[in-house]
Amino acid sequence: MTAILFMKWTGLIVATFAVLSGSASAADDAKPACDVPAYLLAAESRLTKVEDAIKVRGKLDVLVIGSRSSSLAAATGTPLNNALPNNPSSVSGPPDAAYPSRLQIFLRDKLPSLPITVTVDVQPKKTSEEMVAELPKIVAAKKPDLVIWQTGTVDAMRAIDPDEFRNAVDEGVAAMKAAGTDVILMNLQYSPRTETMITTAPYIDNMRVVAQQHDVPLFDRFAIMREWSESGDFDLFSPSPGVDLAKRVHECLARALSTFVIDAARVNPAELKPQ
Amino acid sequence: MTSIADPTAGPLPAKRPARGGVAAPAITFPVSGTERELRLDLFRGLALWLIFIDHLPQNILTWLTIRNYGFSDATEIFIFISGYTAAFVYGRTMQEQGFVIAAARILRRVWTIYVAHVFLFTIFLAEISYVATSFQNPLYTEEMGILDFLKQPDVTIVQALLLRFRPVNMDVLPLYIVLMLFLAPILWLMRRKPDIALGLSVLLYALTWEFDLYLSAYPNGVWAFNPFAWQLLFVFGAWCALGGAKRMSRILDSNITLWICVAYLLAAFWVTLTWYVPQFHHLLPRIIEQWMYPINKTDLDVLRFAHFLALAALTIRFLKKDWPGLKSPRLRPLILCGQHSLEIFCIGVFLAFAGHFILAEVSGGAFMHFLISVSGIMVMSGAAWVFSWYKRVGGKTGSGAKSQKAEADLAGGDA
Repeated sequence: MTAILFMKWTGLIVATFAVLSGSASAADDAKPACDVPAYLLAAESRLTKVEDAIKVRGKLDVLVIGSRSSSLAAATGTPLNNALPNNPSSVSGPPDAAYPSRLQIFLRDKLPSLPITVTVDVQPKKTSEEMVAELPKIVAAKKPDLVIWQTGTVDAMRAIDPDEFRNAVDEGVAAMKAAGTDVILMNLQYSPRTETMITTAPYIDNMRVVAQQHDVPLFDRFAIMREWSESGDFDLFSPSPGVDLAKRVHECLARALSTFVIDAARVNPAELKPQ
Repeated sequence: MTSIADPTAGPLPAKRPARGGVAAPAITFPVSGTERELRLDLFRGLALWLIFIDHLPQNILTWLTIRNYGFSDATEIFIFISGYTAAFVYGRTMQEQGFVIAAARILRRVWTIYVAHVFLFTIFLAEISYVATSFQNPLYTEEMGILDFLKQPDVTIVQALLLRFRPVNMDVLPLYIVLMLFLAPILWLMRRKPDIALGLSVLLYALTWEFDLYLSAYPNGVWAFNPFAWQLLFVFGAWCALGGAKRMSRILDSNITLWICVAYLLAAFWVTLTWYVPQFHHLLPRIIEQWMYPINKTDLDVLRFAHFLALAALTIRFLKKDWPGLKSPRLRPLILCGQHSLEIFCIGVFLAFAGHFILAEVSGGAFMHFLISVSGIMVMSGAAWVFSWYKRVGGKTGSGAKSQKAEADLAGGDA
């Protein structure tokens, strides 16, 4: 009697899991929409230098400074037409599928009349404090209109004192603004598999605080990716999804980021087109 | 085997009949056999459920946890009630059997918690070792660098035994261990001069903020819950248990307190709202923002402490000790969980690990999140029920002396 009961229950549980995983894989097959809710892309702070560059100077140079999550090491996608200018001094990647290169493509799509370049400077394994020393030099060398500073991951992994982290980000943003460029802060990736190992909350909170204090926009990569994970756009829990998932995530990040930049610069692409 | 729970008995101090005669009326204890203070059990159970939910990846139920509606979260409740019950239980032991025996019992309890912590660490190690070998997601090459510490288990494991290496979600027990370790001297002083004990605690808290006292962690950083700061809640709980709550009852009953609490809670709620609904963000004056942020959890920010006090004051006011709902079967699971707090806490941490694992290996999805949260809570409640049953049966089978011991057990001893 108990054996039958046991089998019944086992069957029921197995069936439940089968249905669940079935529905999950069905969702995977569909192309991700990766829409971002408007509130995650609402920037109150303005990018005046970018606005100026687009409307007056007619030229836009963006520099992404970040750690390894700003690159896709294993990505060997088809070379893109709009190749990134290679910079021998930095670890700027070849034309690839990482979000900085994709950002360039999206920005050029949206503002076809402008020459736009996006360069990337990856500083692997560096905490914010270690990056801060480099920032003024990099900005002085490249003179971008906008720096997208992606940071926080290495600090969170090394469990840097959140106060020290905040001071470092604060210092970095101040230095870059003083060097005459707009700044966007980009926070950590949402990484569900390492959630039990890396405490992210204090770093995310402190980046928000610094962004508010300096009135610079914060691109909330963490919240956006979590939104995608929850809505089922991407299965970020997947243990070995291959490089394809990573490429699609970067593609979507770049798309959201391009919207974010243009909105924060208060530029209406439709007005620019007649030029 | 000892009971590793420290449930509480006795009525609320505010209503406890004061018996003069000993050092001070504040430190007398009701005779055993009095009714349990179910509200403490209830809220500790609630804190355990909330801690469990907060440890899981964010899901629908996360929106029910109090940290989304104000500054403080379940940790404050847990530490405060732990201080309250520990002082209550061991304070009585100290009164009846003297300092040495009470201190010995406290140390035995510390050992139990330590063993529980090491047990959880072992499970954690198993989980991440598995993740390290099976997880290959190019999106997260950077984040997976966190597993590099597995390359030197000799250092890592020793540091874990020294409580210096604590993975995420395993910060509460080390804090609890350190606080309990100092409970005996705290109680000794508290039974004589409760206000001086509380004053010293506040002083230490202030010194922590002034001189930036901390305990370092491995491989770097500091303890996520700074014991120098969090002791304030624990000692405050102890102070309340030993008569402070009774002496504060006039303040607690006043309408001014009520409105201050309500106003503060609403303000805190409003601030939290600006975190989640950025449209409201510009409504927050810049100057307040600069004064207020960051709200420091590690060092138990004053704003968090005040938020907890306001919550507690309102709870005591509106949820009376004799509220019939406390005996209703619907709240039974919560109360049972609160009565076996250490076991249920450990089960909660374990279930959170397991939940992460299932989400990763079987399927993600909002529904699965929800299912895991709910079944986790059911497992915790079921386990709590089994622990009570076990204790009850253990009490019935023995001789008179044995059942008397079980009675002491139930009343909160650890004998």
